[in-house]
Amino acid sequence: MKGSLIILAFFIVGLIGGIYHVFPDWLLNEDLTTYALFGLMFLVGISIGSDKNAFYVLRKINIKVVLVPLTVVVGSLLGTALVSFMLSDISVKEAMAVGAGFGYYSLSSIFISQISGQELGVIALLSNIFREIITLLAVPVLVKYFGKLAGIATGGATAMDTTLPIIVKFTGKDYGIIAIFSGIILTILVPILVTLILEFL
Amino acid sequence: MTSYIVIALFATGIGIGWFFREKDNTRKKVDVAVTWAVYLLLFLLGISVGINEEIINNFSRIGYKAFWLTFGAVAGSVLLAKLVYQFFFKSNSED
Repeated sequence: MKGSLIILAFFIVGLIGGIYHVFPDWLLNEDLTTYALFGLMFLVGISIGSDKNAFYVLRKINIKVVLVPLTVVVGSLLGTALVSFMLSDISVKEAMAVGAGFGYYSLSSIFISQISGQELGVIALLSNIFREIITLLAVPVLVKYFGKLAGIATGGATAMDTTLPIIVKFTGKDYGIIAIFSGIILTILVPILVTLILEFL
Repeated sequence: MTSYIVIALFATGIGIGWFFREKDNTRKKVDVAVTWAVYLLLFLLGISVGINEEIINNFSRIGYKAFWLTFGAVAGSVLLAKLVYQFFFKSNSED
């Protein structure tokens, strides 16, 4: 939560500075964003690859557990696709790309704004921040009505870190490992699915 | 094109990361660098959104769309999770 506030603060400082044109033009150079994104993704890769936890978790799980991230993928994409029919000014694939952020707002917003422009990037940023906030606030209620996978499902990619404590608290330690597994798989899928949806659908 | 390069770098990073599993110091530095790269990129996204009057003028509409998309994603995931839980998980651990 603290992390997302800091990130949001950086975005808002940039936003306000942009509105009043206080920053030099070289900061707006597209290449700067592109190279920063290259660096970020390489580092995120190293961070996931070097996660000892990840390999430990992989050894502990059984095949049934693979259903959990799959559930989140199908549920998020179907849900956002349905919502797009209700909204007049967003296409099905744009909506699904936002849904494919799975709560990983920093990466998905940057990625989507590179491919589809800043407006959709901002939608992805807000929507996936909302997803994390809803998870932090609503897990107890969701678990009560939708079963023990509900917290892991709303948490999406965040179930491996920021929302893990609350998920474990309300669904039990035995679900912690499923939450981490699901979060890791979804984190890896975010850039891949966003690209597939926006470029090929 | 950019997104393919990004995915290739991402995959390469995961492969290289394997060799840093026991290097906790390096891992900490990588995580700090990730955090600052995210700050930088969101700051830059903020600027490019700020100078884009079309987005600024439509911000409430953007927030409205974001809210409903979140609702769709959460509702879809949770409903499907209920089914999957009842069919595949529940009987083994409880009842």
